[in-house]
Amino acid sequence: MALLEVKNLQVRVAEREILHGLTLSVNQGEVHAIMGPNGSGKSTLSHVIAGKPGYEVTGGEILFKGEDLLAMAPDERAAKGVFLAFQYPVEIPGVATMTFLRTALNAQRKARGEEEFSTPDFLKRVREVAGSLGIPQEMLKRGVNVGFSGGEKKRNEVLQMALFQPSLCILDEMDSGLDIDALRVASEGVNALRTPERAMVVITHYQRLLDYIVPDHVHVMSKGKVVKSGGKELALELEANGYAQYQEAAA
Amino acid sequence: MNIAVAKTEKADVAGANFASVVAAAPGSGKVADARREAFDNFQRIGLPHRRIEDWKYTDLRASMRDVLPAAPAPDAAALARAEAAVKLHAIDGVRRLVLVDGALATSLSDLAALEPGLSIRSLRAALDAGDDRLLSLDTSNPMTALNTALMTDGVVIEVADGAKLTKPLQIVHIASGGAPAAMFTRSLVAIGKDSAATVVESYIAAEGAGLYQVHDAAVITIGDGARLDHVRLTEDSREAFNIAAAEVRVGTHAHYNVVGITTGGLVSRYSSTVTIAGEHAHVETNGVNLLNGKQHADTTLVMNHDVPHCVSREGFRAVADDRGHSVFQGRINVRQPAQQTDAKMMTRALLLSDDAEADNKPELEIFADDVTCGHGAAIGALDDQLLFYLRARGLPEKEAEALLIQAFVGEAIEAIADDDLRALAIAAAERWLAARG
Ligand SMILES: Nc1ncnc2c1ncn2[C@@H]1O[C@H](COP(=O)(O)OP(=O)(O)OP(=O)(O)O)[C@@H](O)[C@H]1O
Ligand SMILES: [Mg+2]
Repeated sequence: MALLEVKNLQVRVAEREILHGLTLSVNQGEVHAIMGPNGSGKSTLSHVIAGKPGYEVTGGEILFKGEDLLAMAPDERAAKGVFLAFQYPVEIPGVATMTFLRTALNAQRKARGEEEFSTPDFLKRVREVAGSLGIPQEMLKRGVNVGFSGGEKKRNEVLQMALFQPSLCILDEMDSGLDIDALRVASEGVNALRTPERAMVVITHYQRLLDYIVPDHVHVMSKGKVVKSGGKELALELEANGYAQYQEAAA
Repeated sequence: MNIAVAKTEKADVAGANFASVVAAAPGSGKVADARREAFDNFQRIGLPHRRIEDWKYTDLRASMRDVLPAAPAPDAAALARAEAAVKLHAIDGVRRLVLVDGALATSLSDLAALEPGLSIRSLRAALDAGDDRLLSLDTSNPMTALNTALMTDGVVIEVADGAKLTKPLQIVHIASGGAPAAMFTRSLVAIGKDSAATVVESYIAAEGAGLYQVHDAAVITIGDGARLDHVRLTEDSREAFNIAAAEVRVGTHAHYNVVGITTGGLVSRYSSTVTIAGEHAHVETNGVNLLNGKQHADTTLVMNHDVPHCVSREGFRAVADDRGHSVFQGRINVRQPAQQTDAKMMTRALLLSDDAEADNKPELEIFADDVTCGHGAAIGALDDQLLFYLRARGLPEKEAEALLIQAFVGEAIEAIADDDLRALAIAAAERWLAARG
């Protein structure tokens, strides 16, 4: 059984259909890359998987570990192991990053019937992970993402991912806004999370990220559909030839 | 003394009983004269209603309907219930002064071993001694007039010049949960030149308390170069009325920092007039209302800048759920001599339901020409983007909302200087959030 099974998904936003029957299957341990032109629906797919309100699913289904994901509230999905690293992480003034991390982690654990982390264990864990991602302690005292640079926000997403240990990680343009060194550090953080159980869906426009996070499968999305799937060499081909031929295929 | 001072349509209901109320009330001579005059003022208007501009949003004639009979002096059982409630709300490291059903309960109060420079008396004793500082409040406000007429007890706190109290003073108003009744209290806080003090006023109820009325007033004077930190925590029972007024006078180079949190009560109103009478004074007032069900809370502030070179800041935040109704009326008066005044007022309201309401009435009256004055207001709902982010990280809906609400009110609570008191205010907000489910 696949970990994530998206079948013939049709999604409307504001009366307009954005995804027109998208199918995608991700197994445990696999890394899938999704590429495609701006506006092809990549973020829409990631939002629908995470449960963002405002999207109307008019057809198809999403199964996660065999269960109907669309029937679950966003927090239930998170507790079950779905994690979306946002393309544009929001700023939450007045909520200290540390408080946020602890509240979120413990909410997930509670929902799974696990014991909440004790404060010292939690602090130790956050320090370790933050250290490995080059996130200074001082940043953790600030409001969530408040005053963070674009790259710092992305690193904060990877920090959460490492902390929550989800079974499915969706990275929506993790590489945008990261400088060359930060990209390497963040990618190493992501690679450290690769296990035979955990799967990743990496949305990106650039081969450079896939040099670090080497995918098992690459999909091309165009106009709300997956129009081509292949191995990691497909990304190289896209880099050389662009999307023109696939856009025609979708039209 | 268990006399109805009912006030409904006609202003003559209590007249017959009033003579006996006054006869039993503390103070004679000018105190008794002031009571009589104040009662006449009250009788002329009666309970304020929506057609009185200042009470437009808080129509006591409609919500309170009657002034309840004054509570009897607490008996042993009432004191025991009050003691249990005090324990529940206890803060470490404060000097506690407890008023049970409007009477100073010496057995529950820390009146021994006062720090040098600190003096504490009961209002009763001060009125008996004819202390007319207690009669200074403006009785054109009908509810202040009623309070002047019927005040029975309270605390009179004086801090000598130069004395810096390290221990906060907490005045706890407790309704013991007897038959529905009213308490008429007044307190005085006078802190001398170059002194410092922290005063907390808590309004709480013993378990099982339902309907009661708090009618309270405070006279506060802050000497030159002195600093007063003032915290008000209104956590009355969900059926209670809390109608309070304060007049604050701030001296030269003095600092007044006040934070009020209202999470309890059915109808609460705090009318405060701050007069900045000395140059280079600094006043900061912050308030938070957390309301749900049918709770109504009204904060009405008048900031008088009488002299030059002073700074005032007003920050007020409201969170209203269900049919909660929050009111903020803020008036800044800058008199002609008060050049170089820097006065700002900002209100923000967060509405959590379609039926919740927040009214905001800022007024600036400026007669000086070289000033920086401004006000701003914002009203809105919780940000969906932020809510989704939190939920995507595993927080259930109510928890996500609670975290954002805490962040929203947190900024106002941050203004409380003392760590323990700040924790107390946060705990009050958390209790409100937890009760929300
Ligand atoms: N809330 C919305 N209202 C209206 N249209 C929307 C909304 N959200 C997305 N769309 C539209 O849906 C289409 C797909 O958007 P989406 O963000 O999923 O694209 P994307 O593939 O992630 O693009 P990019 O590479 O630029 O990030 C776009 O045409 C976008 O304008
Ligand atoms: Mg996108």
